[in-house]
Amino acid sequence: MKHLSEIKQTVRLLNKVGLHARPAAMFVQTANTFKSEIMVEKQGKEVDAKSILGILSLAVECNDEVTIKANGEDAENAIRKLVDLVNSKFGEE
Amino acid sequence: MKALKKPRVRREACSLMLKGISASPKIAIGKVFVYEKELKFERRTIDEKEVDNELKRLDNAIAKSKSELAELRDETAKKIGEKEAKIFEAHLLMLDDPALITEVKKRIRSTINAEAAVDEVVESFVAMFDQMEDQYMKERAIDVQDVGERIIRNLLGKEFGSLADLREQVVVIADNLTPSDTARMDKAKVVGFATNTGGVTSHVAIIAREYGIPAVVGLGDVTKHVKSGDLVIVDGSSGTVIVRPDEETISRYRGLMTDLERQRKELEKLRELPAVTLDGRKIEIAANIGGPEEVATALANGAEGVGLLRTEFLYHGRSSLPTEEDQFTAYKTIAEKMGERPVIVRTLDIGGDKPPPYLEMPKELNPFLGWRAIRISLDLTDIFKTQLKAILRAGVHGNLKIMFPMISSVDEVRKAKKILEDAKKELLEKGVFFRKDVDVGIMVEIPSAAVIADSLAEEVDFFSIGTNDLTQYTLAVDRTNEKISHLFDELHPAVLRLIRNVIDASHVKGIWTGMCGEMAGNPLATPILLGLGLDEFSMSSMSIPEVKRIIMSASVAETRDLAKKALDLPTAEDVRKLSKEFLRKKTKL
Repeated sequence: MKHLSEIKQTVRLLNKVGLHARPAAMFVQTANTFKSEIMVEKQGKEVDAKSILGILSLAVECNDEVTIKANGEDAENAIRKLVDLVNSKFGEE
Repeated sequence: MKALKKPRVRREACSLMLKGISASPKIAIGKVFVYEKELKFERRTIDEKEVDNELKRLDNAIAKSKSELAELRDETAKKIGEKEAKIFEAHLLMLDDPALITEVKKRIRSTINAEAAVDEVVESFVAMFDQMEDQYMKERAIDVQDVGERIIRNLLGKEFGSLADLREQVVVIADNLTPSDTARMDKAKVVGFATNTGGVTSHVAIIAREYGIPAVVGLGDVTKHVKSGDLVIVDGSSGTVIVRPDEETISRYRGLMTDLERQRKELEKLRELPAVTLDGRKIEIAANIGGPEEVATALANGAEGVGLLRTEFLYHGRSSLPTEEDQFTAYKTIAEKMGERPVIVRTLDIGGDKPPPYLEMPKELNPFLGWRAIRISLDLTDIFKTQLKAILRAGVHGNLKIMFPMISSVDEVRKAKKILEDAKKELLEKGVFFRKDVDVGIMVEIPSAAVIADSLAEEVDFFSIGTNDLTQYTLAVDRTNEKISHLFDELHPAVLRLIRNVIDASHVKGIWTGMCGEMAGNPLATPILLGLGLDEFSMSSMSIPEVKRIIMSASVAETRDLAKKALDLPTAEDVRKLSKEFLRKKTKL
């Protein structure tokens, strides 16, 4: 399929322990519900949002900024859902 | 020349004491159950024809692992909670993660057996996590390891470990314990934990605290020194494990356990009451803590503040210096948990006796008289300033105070305060929020400081007497030296007179004096310290109820007479007798 234009948005992680195992799992599960190709970038390092080890390898800590990029038919929706999830602090606090 | 053969002492027969990290308080005495995972396999090159079969084995092992994990997740959600079950969601996702699985398959195709392929890929992730700065992230290595072990176990066709069907009450001893290990564990049968690796935030530590099971972690090689069936004492409060204790030790610890239980009952009654003497003087009761995870215990025991926050937990057990952010987060967590209650943060107090690996510290003949505590901070000002900045910033989130350890002269206080001012200036320039009016105090733990307390009182907002070192230095007794440890006595009249001098000097200058040494939690010392006018008692959380009870049953007037008498007595033994007599009368009333 021809590439649709890529959408991206930068968010700041606000939950205390950062993107550790549990929030990372929620993040990946949410990403998995979309068809789009989704990537997460932190300081130039980019990983697949559907790979939990990839997400964990970014070592995203509280107050870090990450950019979520999506490419595909449901890209817009995907970005919105993932950004919401981050802003809700993964329901942790 | 042939060396004479020494008679070999069989290690296994001897009692042995091991020091680790205190991960969950209380004491357990029980039989050891050594938990070994025993996943032995070989790395071998396979024939190209075997590749398909090997891939099939892998798929089957993954499928089996998935169904196990799904079951674990459901079980955990039901028994513990949704949030705790989430960790297994993460494990399930790893089993679907191309970063892991595709890589394993690639290695199998390059003719390596499945077990070794899984192991290699997992190890590469573990190495990556190990390099991470953040302690929490670092410990996520265990999740990948856990998943790897599960796949390998299923490849080997082994059944799940045996923590699920323990026959009797045991102390579980292992290299480390993963979420999978503990999820099915029969918690009712586990009275204690001791592990080789791990820190206060490792999985086993969290689980242990959740269930109130005593635990000591980071013991190094405890598994080497025990075998299943050995008797062991786990003292989670002091971070000590005693293997094969003798009768005397066992009965001493049994006594301690009874005391703890009695105190627990007592504290339930006392927790909410302020420590006020019969004649109406309010005494501040605080706890000594060594990290954020100890706040809950302190509050549960009725602490009205933290009189000593040891900050060494931030520096030990890691390979590099903690950053300002690391420290800020930890101090902020504690400040927030304590709310309005004061928290006295003692700046770095390390020495050559236990140097962190990343600080180059020369070997000293006499580390207790050497380069340590404030002396290091005043030399390595960058490290010191980083810590001060973190405290100042966290001060916005609660009621933090700063305390300098090992002060022996006015000069040192002035230098330390100057660096504190520099730290404030730098924060101001960077436009970072911080608490500007934070109180500054010193530990009085060197006799010279006690003697010139009047001059030191001009420089600071408060004193806190560190009786462990004050006693050691005043009496010239190294209490870790068994031959002379009986000479260590904080009730020695010389120590008491120094304490009186400190308290009196502070009151003349209008500042207050607390105490954060073990003496503050020693019931025999309580009436005397009360009589000397001590304003704040800070002690290990467990000691709070007893000391509070004594304070509430005495009056300042009568203890003042008692203290006066005590200070004129010639020996510590006389002081002890006097105090015992006083307490006996009190409890009779």
